[in-house]
Parts: sequence; C-alpha cells; structure tokens
Amino acid sequence: MARTNRPVSQRQAWWLLATALAASLPLAPQVPLWLSLAAGAAFSWRAALTWRQWHLPPRWLLVLLVIAGTVGVFLQYRTIVGRTPGIALLVVFLSLKLLELRAARDAVATVLLCYFLVLGQFLFTQTIPTALLACLTVLITTATLLAASDDRPQPQPQLRHAGLMLAQALPFMLLLFLLFPRVQGPLWGIPQDRFSAVSGLSDTMSPGSIALLSQSDAIAFRAKFQGEVPPQSQLYWRGPVMPSFDGRTWRVRQTLGAYAEVPYDGLGAAVDYEVTLEPHGKFWLFALELPATLPPDSALTSDYQPIARQAVRNRMRYTQRAWPNAIAGVNEAQGVLRDALALPRDGNPRTRAVSASWRAQHGNDGAAILAAAETFFSQQLLIYTLNPPLLGGDIVDEFLFDSKRGFCEHFAAAFVFALRAAGVPARVVAGYQGGEVNPVDGYLVVRQYDAHAWAEAWIAGRGWVRIDPTAISAPSRINSNLAAAVPAGEELPFLARSDLAWLRELRYRLDAVTNGWNQWVLGYNPQRQRDLLAGLGMKEPDWRSMTAILSVLCGGVMLGLTIWILRNRLRVDPAFAAWRRFTARLARRGIVWQPWEGPLAFAQRAAGQAPRHAQSIGEIAALYARMRYGPAPQEGDLVRLKQMIAAFHP
Amino acid sequence: MLGKLRHRLHETFVRWALRVRPPEPAPIILTQRRVYVLPTRAGLAYGAALGVMLLGAMNYNLSLGYALVFLLAGLGIVAILHTFRNLVLLSIRPGRCEPVFAGGRAQFGLLLENRRSDARTSLRLFIDEEDPIEVDIGPHTSRATPLGVPAEKRGWLPMPRFTIETTWPLGLIRAWSYAVPDLSCLVYPTPAAKAPPLPWSSDSARGSAKDGRGADDFSGLRKHQVADAPRHVAWKAVARQQDGPLLTKLFSGAAAQQLWLDWAALPDTIDTEQRLSILARWILDADAAGLAWGLRLPAVRLAPDNGPAQRSAGLQALALFSHGAH
Repeated sequence: MARTNRPVSQRQAWWLLATALAASLPLAPQVPLWLSLAAGAAFSWRAALTWRQWHLPPRWLLVLLVIAGTVGVFLQYRTIVGRTPGIALLVVFLSLKLLELRAARDAVATVLLCYFLVLGQFLFTQTIPTALLACLTVLITTATLLAASDDRPQPQPQLRHAGLMLAQALPFMLLLFLLFPRVQGPLWGIPQDRFSAVSGLSDTMSPGSIALLSQSDAIAFRAKFQGEVPPQSQLYWRGPVMPSFDGRTWRVRQTLGAYAEVPYDGLGAAVDYEVTLEPHGKFWLFALELPATLPPDSALTSDYQPIARQAVRNRMRYTQRAWPNAIAGVNEAQGVLRDALALPRDGNPRTRAVSASWRAQHGNDGAAILAAAETFFSQQLLIYTLNPPLLGGDIVDEFLFDSKRGFCEHFAAAFVFALRAAGVPARVVAGYQGGEVNPVDGYLVVRQYDAHAWAEAWIAGRGWVRIDPTAISAPSRINSNLAAAVPAGEELPFLARSDLAWLRELRYRLDAVTNGWNQWVLGYNPQRQRDLLAGLGMKEPDWRSMTAILSVLCGGVMLGLTIWILRNRLRVDPAFAAWRRFTARLARRGIVWQPWEGPLAFAQRAAGQAPRHAQSIGEIAALYARMRYGPAPQEGDLVRLKQMIAAFHP
Repeated sequence: MLGKLRHRLHETFVRWALRVRPPEPAPIILTQRRVYVLPTRAGLAYGAALGVMLLGAMNYNLSLGYALVFLLAGLGIVAILHTFRNLVLLSIRPGRCEPVFAGGRAQFGLLLENRRSDARTSLRLFIDEEDPIEVDIGPHTSRATPLGVPAEKRGWLPMPRFTIETTWPLGLIRAWSYAVPDLSCLVYPTPAAKAPPLPWSSDSARGSAKDGRGADDFSGLRKHQVADAPRHVAWKAVARQQDGPLLTKLFSGAAAQQLWLDWAALPDTIDTEQRLSILARWILDADAAGLAWGLRLPAVRLAPDNGPAQRSAGLQALALFSHGAH
C-alpha cells in the first residue's frame, strides 16, 4: 500500500526514539551493562541522524550489528532462549530497528517491539510502580503509533489523543481481564532462571544459613485468619523438616514417603486461615502446626510437611486448617524413628558426655530427658544474637560450652544433637515463627526475617512434641519478635525495627495496598475468577458461559461507543440550516445556489439576478460568510442571521 | 491468474457494495451500511503480536501481561470505531469539472461536506490507487477536491468509481467506501500538432492573411485581456508608459474577415478524428489570434464570432460530433 511506503518524518523519528527509550530504560538493570551502553549508543546515533538529517547507515552494517548483538547475547548467557536472553535480544533488535527507519512500516514494527518490551518488564517485576511506569510507556507508544499515521499534531495534543483512546479502551480491558477465561500456566516449560535470585529457606541448614535470612525483609507469605489471630507464641509455620545430620549440615529427607491425608487426629479448637504464598521456587508449602487439611495438588511428607506437586513458581493462594493441639506420630514408623536418632560416629564429645549423664539418670524416660535438656539449656545462659561467632569443628560443643552465642539454628541443632545423643528421637524443623498483623487490612505478614528453626522430639505415648530451644534462652523472640529478642545495637532489616511509629504506620498502609494489588490484580487466577463469577450468581462458570457473557458485555460497550460515534449524524450546523432556508427561497425565484459556490460569490450573482433585494442578499451572505469563515463568531450572530433570513421574502 | 481472480472478486464485491446503480443522485452520504472496515497489514501484525503476548502472559502467569494485552486489544477495538467514525456520514456532492482536451487529465471536482462538529483527518481519495489525494476537512466545513483521471477519448467522460478511505488514527484499521457521483467531464478532441494553415474562405482577404503583413490595419489600443494573444500586445506602447497596464493592438480588419472552419474543406483522405483534431487546432489558433470564426460541421453550423464562449461552443461541437451525422 502506498501509505506504508511513506518515509519516516523527522517528528516521527523523535517519537519513535522517545518510545524506544521509555520501553527499554526500565529494563536497563536486567540486561548486561555492555548491552545498555550499546543501546545507549544506538539511541544517540538515532538522535544525531534525526537532528542532522543524515543518511541512514547502510543495510550491510546493520546486518553485521544484528549478528554481533546476537552473538554477544549468546556469549553472555550461553543461550538465546529464555527470559533474560530473550529480553536482551529484543533490546538489540529495537536499538538497530531505530537505525533503519525507512518507511511507515518500520515505525509500526518499532512500536510493536516496544509493546513486547513492556510485557518483558513484567517478567521481572509486577509491582504497582512497574504498572504505573508501564502505563506511561504505553501512553507514549500509542502516541507514537498515532504520529506514525499523522505527525502534524504537536506532542501535547498527540499525547492527549492517545490518552483518550486508551481511556476508551479501559472498559474493554476491565471486561476482558475479569471475564476472559483464564488458564493456569505454564503452557510449556518455564526456564529455571525465573527463580534464580529468590531468597527463602533452603532444604539444608548449617550455622549461619537462617541468620542470613534475618537480614531480608522480603515477604515470605501472608495469612488471613478466620476469626482471631492465634497468640504470637503459637504461630509456628512449619517448613522443611530436616532429620539427617552430617556433623555440620542438616538436610531434608531425600525420599519423601507421602500421605495423601493427614495421619493424625485433631484435638481441641481448629484454626482456619488462607495463605498467600510468595513464589520461592521450592516445593514446600507453609502451614501452621499441625496442618489438618492439605491444599489442592499437594501431599504430606512422612515428616508432616505439606509439599506441592509442582514447585511454587507463582504467587499461590490456599486455604488451610490447623490443629494447634494435635497429637501426631504416637505409632511412628521404626524407620522414621531410626533416622531421628542417627548421629555421626564421633565429634562433640562434651555434649555427648552430658547426654550420656541424662541417659544414665533417666534411662528410657524420654519426657524426663527432655526436661533435663531444657534445664541444661537454660543453665548454660546462652545468648541469642544475629552475629554469632564463626564456629568450626565441633560446632555443638563450641556453641554450648565456649561461645554460648548463637542464632536459632545453633539452638535447634544443639538441642536435637543432645537429645539424639541421649537416645531420644528428635529432628530439626525449619520454617517461620510469628509474623506481624497489618492493622489496615488484617493480614498477618510473615517476612524472611521471621525465619526460624526449632526442634521436635518423639516421646513414647505422646508422639512428636515441639520444643523451641530458642524460647528457653530468649523468650521474647517467640512472644514478640526479632527486634525484641536481639541485643540493642545489632543491625536489623529496616522493616524489623520497631522504633519509628509513623514509619510503621506508613509501612502498614503501603503493605495493605500492595497486598490488595497482589490479591486482586496479580492474584486474579482461574480460581479467583470462578469465585467471583460464582459470587455474581453464575452456577459453575465454565469457559463457554464466560465467553458468552464476555461477548455480550463487550458488544454492549461497543454499541454504546457506536451510538456515541453516530450521535450527531443528523445534527446540522444551525448557521448552515439557516443558509439553506435562504437559498431555498431564492431557488423559488430561479436563483439556484450551487454547493461549490462561496456565499459572497453567490450573493453577487443573486444580486445581479434580483437587484431589488441586492442589499439584503449582500448583508445575509456577508454575515454568513463571516460566521463560517471569519475569526471567532460573535455572540448573537446566529440569532441575527435567523432574523434576517426570516424577514427575507424575495 | 491469481491476480485476475482477485480482480474479478474485487469487482464483484464492489458491484454488490455499491448496490445503487451508478451514477448516484447527489448528495452521496456515506452511511454506515456502505462504509467497510478491515484491518490493514499493520493491523494484522498488531493482532498477531497481541496473540503472541497473550501466550506469553499465560505461560508466565503474568497478570499485568494479561492487563497489557487486554488494554491493547481494547485499543484495537477503539481504533475500529475511530476509523469508522472518521469516514462515516461524510457527504459527497459532485462539483465542477472543466472541459479538457483528450490526452490531458480530467479533473472531477468533488465537494466533500463534513456536517459534524469534529474534523475528519487524512481521508484519501483515489480513482487509481497509485495516485491518491489526501484531505482533511474541518468541522462543519465543505472542501472542494479535484480528482484527476486521464481523458483518452473525446466526448462526455463520466466520472469513474472512486474510492475514499482512511486509516486514521492508528493506521491499524482501514475504513473505505466507494462512490460514483453523477458527474461528467467534456473531453475535446486533441488539437492536431501539425495542421494546415487557417482556411480563409475565398470571400475574405485571404491573400493578405498569407503574408501576414499590412492586411490588418492597426486601428488603436485597448486594455489587455487574458484571452488576447501575446503577439498582439503593444510592447512598444507598454514600454513607453512604464508601469501602466498591458495594451493590446486592435486591427480594424479583424472583425470584417470571414473565417470559416469547414469540415468539408478538408481533403477526403483525412479520417473523422483527424479532421476533428485539425478543426480543434484551427479553433485554438483563430481564438488565439483574436479572429472571429465560424464552424461548419455536417449538421452543425456555428455563426462567426470570437471570444471564449465561441471557443467553448466550437470545441464542444467537435467533442460531441458523432459519425451518424456525417
């Protein structure tokens, strides 16, 4: 088509440069530095080309640059598929496309690339600021698309026009967002790199690994309770259970024998809540001890840890019930108990000696040994700190007898070691403890610095019993929070500090907004869509009925807009209507106005044919001409024109 | 082969689309029934890009990705409406069409009338797709737009079907319509490049016209008029009075001479079109010389006269001359 061959004008080139900048700047932290610099150079080149109106670089040079860019991306990532390499390639293409803007067609291609890059941003972050930034980019991009077909308007009206069109697109977006039948991704495999940098608990625990998490205020998950939030000291969020120990590191069980239903019975009141879990790339789900139900598509390990069938790669929502007083594992399998007693052959002789003394005193009475261990831990006057000294060799001995300073993993590891050495089956449980209720929306927010490790001992007749050795030495960690437990002056994550009330208030509000965004915008998934439609009275909504409703509603909006478009189809300019009355009267005298005739020329001709009315014809035509073609029409002009024409009888 | 088929399908569509037998009575209003809307190539690319983006958003469960795709899809729908609105209910009236010589370009004047309170932007009109005219029409404004077409044969040239289209504002959607206004252009025969000299009839001062000297007695000067031949400008007189008006020399002999441009005067070996061409050349020459002339065709006789009206009448007679009259 002739139109797409039109060369790109200078103003269009500026628009395209602005769009490319707006689309690629937010991605600068995600692509390698050399690419950012190269893209910057290409943009500057484009600016110089536009400014000086130089010739475009020859095509062979661009082909070479594309190859160079692709090779560069490949060398950087060793692949060109996947999230980050894909985005990097798009940036390469966009930068070079700017240097070959020959025809309107190239402008459209550039705009489409920019839309892709906006989508690319969302692979990395989908926060509210990202969304606002993306809105701005889409506005500029749309204005550029407008300029690609008509570059005459100034930037400001062009942006306003784009804004108007986007505003009209909003109802369609809302309808589609709510009603377009959602599918739960992924449709095909997702490259693993999506979760390379997510912080969270790992499946091993060695001294210092949880202390590292305490420096992060990233959110692990949120929980919304039906009814009262249980007391802080009961909020033990069970995560990976680690029964195997090699002298330094605790690990989760490699073979996961799994229950499809919980193998224990509830006792006392149940607690119901809903968890919104941030993606962490691992399989486990966090549940308040002890889980009474299992989320869909999940199972319970033999260590009572709920795990999902697929790694948690998206923010996930599930309802849960907990039995805080459940008795579990009274008839525990021998294999599990054997694993819970296993210790390395040697090491930590001092702790082993103490354990041997408990064993000698209490024999097989697990409960008594447990009590003795608790007493021993409290007598050691251990100090809970975020900055424990580095330990080497016999880490349990060094912690209990020499440094006496440690974080929760030291406490838990030492306690389980001592129990096992005394012949009591025990294991380390990692997870989160506590959380903070946001008074604005009532959600309990659990952050990475709430990560914790505690111990579980198996007592004959009572099953698995939770003991938190940290609570023995630092009860405030369990009863309030981290900040209350660590000595003053230790470095805490910004959000964990509790000294600034107004700051905390602000944080609560921000967090409530973020949570609402996560729950209703980002977390709008097939389940939430079904719930919403069911709430609106649709029984068993499926994709067919959704599509039907969607079509009807979109059609309705379109109809409304079409009516708006055709609304003034019969509205004729009143001045023109009056002029038509005037010409109709003259036509009866045989003086026919031709539509191509200007009013003044017609008046002259008509005056010649009807000299008696020359004056009034001239006056009417002059007034009409001034109204139609003159500067600003004056008030009362129309009334005067109508009066003059009404009084005109040729 | 394929191109031919496409062309035939297109013609069938157009015939169906126009429905009214051309030419149409004025004014032609492009009602919503006769404005067609389809995506352009850019629009198809836009749609394909949205499809890929939707797949990406699904695969990575990007809620904002869904939102972006749906916003852009909404933008596409809005673009349909805006493009449609840019064209629909435009009123077209046939305007003036000046006669042309065959071989020239007939310019059909159209009066595009925007009765709306919003401007219409970037409307493209064409008869031949390679040669479009782009116009904007302000609110409540009419705009005269000439649409050219090569005039090949003498006679009345009816305005062919023309297309009016727009892809404004986003270039993603094309709205178009066809119209055949009731408008014809008079095409004069091409004046012959080589023609015999003006045929002075025997009763006129033929001999003196041949040598071109002394026969036309100079009788005075008058103000120059556009139709006056440049060689009759009294350059000397003009130079004398410096910045005065151009003056034309008047010759007393001019009105008295009898110049008959006669069909029958030409040899029988010359065919009809050639004859008409020569006659057209004579008319132009005689008119340029400011001579009074008469025209004799089989069944047509035009009394001697001079001036633009005589010229038009003569040329029209030639243009509409038909064989049957011979």
